[in-house]
Amino acid sequence: MSKLPRTLVGVDVGGTFTDLAFFNEETGEFRTAKAPSNRGDEAVGFIEGLQRLGPIAGLGAIIHGTTVGTNALLERKGAKIGIITTPGFRDTLEMRRRDRPNTWGLWGDFEPICPRDMRREVPERTLADGTIRTAVDVAAVEAACRALLADGAEALAIIFINAYANPANERAAYEAAKAVWPNAHIAHSAQILPEIREFERTSTTALNAYLQPVVASYLSKLEAGLKTESFPGSFHIVQSNGGVMSTATARKFPVRTALSGPAAGVIAAAAIARVAGFEDVVTADLGGTSFDVSLVAGGEASLSAQTTIDFGMVIRTPMIEITTIGAGGGSIAHVDAGGMLGVGPESAGSRPGPVAYAQGNTRPTLTDANIVLGRINADKPIGGKLARLDVEAARAAILAHIGAPLGLGPEQAAEAIIRIANAKMAGAIRLVSVERGHDPARFTALPFGGGGALHVGALIRDVGLKSALVPRYPGITSALGCIIADIRHDQVMTVNVMLAGLDAAALDQRMVEAGREAHAVVAASGLHVERIDVIYELDMHYQGQTHTVSVPLPVTLRDSGTGISEAIVTAAFEASYARAFSRLLPGIPVRIVNLRTAAMGRRPTFDLKALAPAAGSSIRAAERGHRPVWFDGGWHQAGIWDRLALPVSAVVKGPAILEQPDATTVIDPGLVARVDGFGNLIVERSA
Amino acid sequence: MSTLDPVTFAILTGRLEQIADEMDATLYRSAFNPIIAEARDACHGLYHATTGATMVQGAKGLPIFVGAMAFAVKAVIDKVGEQRGLEEGDTFIFNDPYAGGTHLNDFRLVRPLMRGGQVFAWLASVGHWLDIGGNVPGGYNPQATESFQEGVLIPPVKLFRKGVLQQDIVDILQANTRLPRSNWGDLNGQLNALDLGERRFQALIDEYGDEVVSAALEAASARAEALMRASIAALPDGTYSFEDYLDNDGIVDERLTIALDLTISGTTMTLDFSRSSPPCKGPVNIARSTAVAACYVALKHVFTAVPANAGCLNPISFDIPATSFLGVTAPRPVAGYTETILRMIGVVFGALAKADPARATAAPFGTINALSIAGHRANGERWVMFSFFGGGLGGNPQSDGLNHANNPISTATIPPAEIMEAFYPVMFTQWALRPDSAGMGTHRGGFGAIYEIEVLSAGGADVSLLGERGRYAPFGVAGGQPGALNAFTWDSDQGPQTAPMASKITGVKLRQGQRLRLETPGGGGWGDPAQRPVEAVARDIRRGFVTGDA
Repeated sequence: MSKLPRTLVGVDVGGTFTDLAFFNEETGEFRTAKAPSNRGDEAVGFIEGLQRLGPIAGLGAIIHGTTVGTNALLERKGAKIGIITTPGFRDTLEMRRRDRPNTWGLWGDFEPICPRDMRREVPERTLADGTIRTAVDVAAVEAACRALLADGAEALAIIFINAYANPANERAAYEAAKAVWPNAHIAHSAQILPEIREFERTSTTALNAYLQPVVASYLSKLEAGLKTESFPGSFHIVQSNGGVMSTATARKFPVRTALSGPAAGVIAAAAIARVAGFEDVVTADLGGTSFDVSLVAGGEASLSAQTTIDFGMVIRTPMIEITTIGAGGGSIAHVDAGGMLGVGPESAGSRPGPVAYAQGNTRPTLTDANIVLGRINADKPIGGKLARLDVEAARAAILAHIGAPLGLGPEQAAEAIIRIANAKMAGAIRLVSVERGHDPARFTALPFGGGGALHVGALIRDVGLKSALVPRYPGITSALGCIIADIRHDQVMTVNVMLAGLDAAALDQRMVEAGREAHAVVAASGLHVERIDVIYELDMHYQGQTHTVSVPLPVTLRDSGTGISEAIVTAAFEASYARAFSRLLPGIPVRIVNLRTAAMGRRPTFDLKALAPAAGSSIRAAERGHRPVWFDGGWHQAGIWDRLALPVSAVVKGPAILEQPDATTVIDPGLVARVDGFGNLIVERSA
Repeated sequence: MSTLDPVTFAILTGRLEQIADEMDATLYRSAFNPIIAEARDACHGLYHATTGATMVQGAKGLPIFVGAMAFAVKAVIDKVGEQRGLEEGDTFIFNDPYAGGTHLNDFRLVRPLMRGGQVFAWLASVGHWLDIGGNVPGGYNPQATESFQEGVLIPPVKLFRKGVLQQDIVDILQANTRLPRSNWGDLNGQLNALDLGERRFQALIDEYGDEVVSAALEAASARAEALMRASIAALPDGTYSFEDYLDNDGIVDERLTIALDLTISGTTMTLDFSRSSPPCKGPVNIARSTAVAACYVALKHVFTAVPANAGCLNPISFDIPATSFLGVTAPRPVAGYTETILRMIGVVFGALAKADPARATAAPFGTINALSIAGHRANGERWVMFSFFGGGLGGNPQSDGLNHANNPISTATIPPAEIMEAFYPVMFTQWALRPDSAGMGTHRGGFGAIYEIEVLSAGGADVSLLGERGRYAPFGVAGGQPGALNAFTWDSDQGPQTAPMASKITGVKLRQGQRLRLETPGGGGWGDPAQRPVEAVARDIRRGFVTGDA
């Protein structure tokens, strides 16, 4: 490995463009590239983009944030799978947790990713304490495999009740199935998620199988393309938890790629903010159909234990916690029967897109409002695909659909659309900050993606945020995240033991085993790391509760073991519980439910100075004149600037528009922007 | 709307709802009791200063509470009026179901939101507490003939006076529960939610000004009313009658009728339940406030675009006489109120289906099936497994009914089988969808479920069930057929047994290795089954959902 060049490329394949970031760990050289994405054959844009950065044979490592898994889930385009399960439980996937799609309204049904005729029961039963009541009938497993294959199954999930407590039956069935199954797309639930709660484990295991053929064939295509180009290095995938894994692990656990792309963006945003001196930020990614926010407190991104992709499609693995609302640039503005103005959730997306794109949509979108008010430059559309935007069509649509019903002129109506959209975005930020007990005045907004920086000023004002930090290249934040992210491997295991009288030696043994396994996966990844940290957490609660609190343990993996003791666990639990709920409940017995183990391969610190503006740039060279832009009820002459040409320490007062190829930043009146030493813009209220 | 532009109105509406959502979330997080933490049996909002009418509601509040809260706040307003005593920092507490709706387990906290020494609005919180005394742990007594057997009743009293906690009240509450610690935790959770709501609403009113916020609240109510009137006006004028039945009250084996005459006249609707059965002996009576709340839930499920505030009730009048079992007063027992309101909600769907078959929803499964299995472990410790079970929703113009759903009055999820097996000495031998349980139709109902449970504990177990739909199946609409009946059976040395009252029984004894089997109803079907696409029929057969054996 040491002979490979220390050159890395991060690749983020988006819906429209593939963004790439190149970094040489030895020389500090940093470059970016962009290539059109080819939906359905992402490998083409991927290889083309790499070629734009120079010979692929000279690269040491490629790290990829992918949406192939996300798209297959959202569009229900995974593989045809079969499930083998315990007698009496074939319907677990379809019964869910007895929920319904909407609080109000009883219409709508649910089609599981694996229909009932592809779910087979075989004789076996394990009890909750791990006792095998009925050994698995392996002949029945083989017969079920053959029947499922005959019915067209491409991947197989074996899911037995209580397998978290004892996976012996599942393992026996897995070995038997492997002997007859013609491909590698086969897994049992204790491999994927050895955790109590059969629906969540079933859903996660089934979705993993559903993605296995899709992700594997995608990776094979990329690897074949890289081989043709004589790529000598290692190839990695970003996981939903923001850590990096090998492609071998991604093939085994494709479900961990569900939020790969967005997670990379949050990781980069957190790193950019930390280096720039901001520990507490809210990342804000405004795309075509949605607005994604994520909280970074004390420099750390928040993780959630599980995510619902769509009604009844639950994935339980640690993921960067991203809150999404249906307000994007393509969100359609409308006035309802009761006279209320709304924006979204219906969206024109990127095709046909806003009215101004002249691709067939006639209903006004948020982007149209930004165009009509002069915030987006109609002559220089972002991405460079369209030559010019149709401002007049956008104005007419806003007047007809919003202005006329509300008695407003086109500019007032456009401003109303933007205010409503800002209010929704502000609501999402409050949801992840104020509602979790954080004071927004401590937080800085970090917009990335193409659209976020259009709205930062309003977000500072509406939410009461301290400031905004606009990264130098908002459009390539996710690609940058790929090369910054640590390598990570997570494992979970349900232990179900009482805290009082804890057998610390037994727990220590489990922790050591899990820690060594996770450590080995990270060590085998092939990427350069400075050290590997093993981190332990327990899920614990008072007996009788169903929810758990996660309890970080102050121990790590050493040659002599972890040194865990009942006293250490007790102190850690009480600290975590008090933080979450303020009040301890002495006298009630405490239970340890799950052990969570994470190995983190720490990557060398990425020097963001690599992104800084070149010495010798001057503020004069960045001036691009003025144009009228509408703010707060009237037209203002706003200064127009070439953002990337601004030197370090340059100060720009609002109203101003800062343009660059991948994003537009709006500085509202009353705000001021300053370029920091890394080329980021810091936007604050004027003194 | 004079002081309010449409943009500010839209923004304020969102901000106000977000505060109520945040109050809900605060209680879910800090409650100790899983019925609040997991099943979300709680609700918060902002209520009118003089009428108690609902002005702002969280999006996730338990649907039946959303309808009942206005009555709870009105009860406090009346109490303040009688005693002429309200001061800043006061907070009321009570659980009187005849004034505030639902049942004794639901504790309401009501606090004035003061501006310049005047009541600007009321804040309220309701949550289901685990135990409030009575004959049966959990307050849920299927044999009760008076509310005194169901638990202790607290009328609206001041828990805080001028911001000072009245420890005497807490002491009385704590002395009357089997689970003082759990109730104390939930009470604190509700107070946390009120504190947070008060802070947030005050800050928002400071930001926008009293007049603007008042105007926005009025506009929101007017908008809900306008949308509800428009929805009603779209229905043809006329009177539409529908009846459905409860199997019995658990004490006397006679059916109980819920009869509705629903009249549409222009933009108004009248719901007349006066032909319904008189008050009954067992615990399936409900108070008038509960009945109105149930109708509100039904209408909100049909007219989903109408916002959740009291304005939507303005065009609707109710006839719910005190001589019916839908408008009782103390001390008629009410613990089984869920079964009655589920049937009421179905009856509203049934009457509206006659008015507009194209937008009709067939009956949901319509029973909570409260099942309790209890015994003693080898070490003498007592265990009680208690849960509600799911069934199918009704077919509708958009889709087949949802399989294995929760009830329309709730959004609670079911605990996983593995959690129940880990906590209690039981084993599920079936946890499956129930073939042939859906009502056929162009869009069939959703399928109910089969839960079969084997007792593992050496000492055996005692079982009780309160369910419904054992005799009257969930109906179809617009030509659709009914779903299957609820069925409950258990093993005995004399062979399989069924309950004399169909789905209500206590005192069943199972030995180790014996099983019980609960088969829940599917939903009714929508539209003529002959019109169901051939592929859909073939798919149901291929998947084993329709066997032709039924």
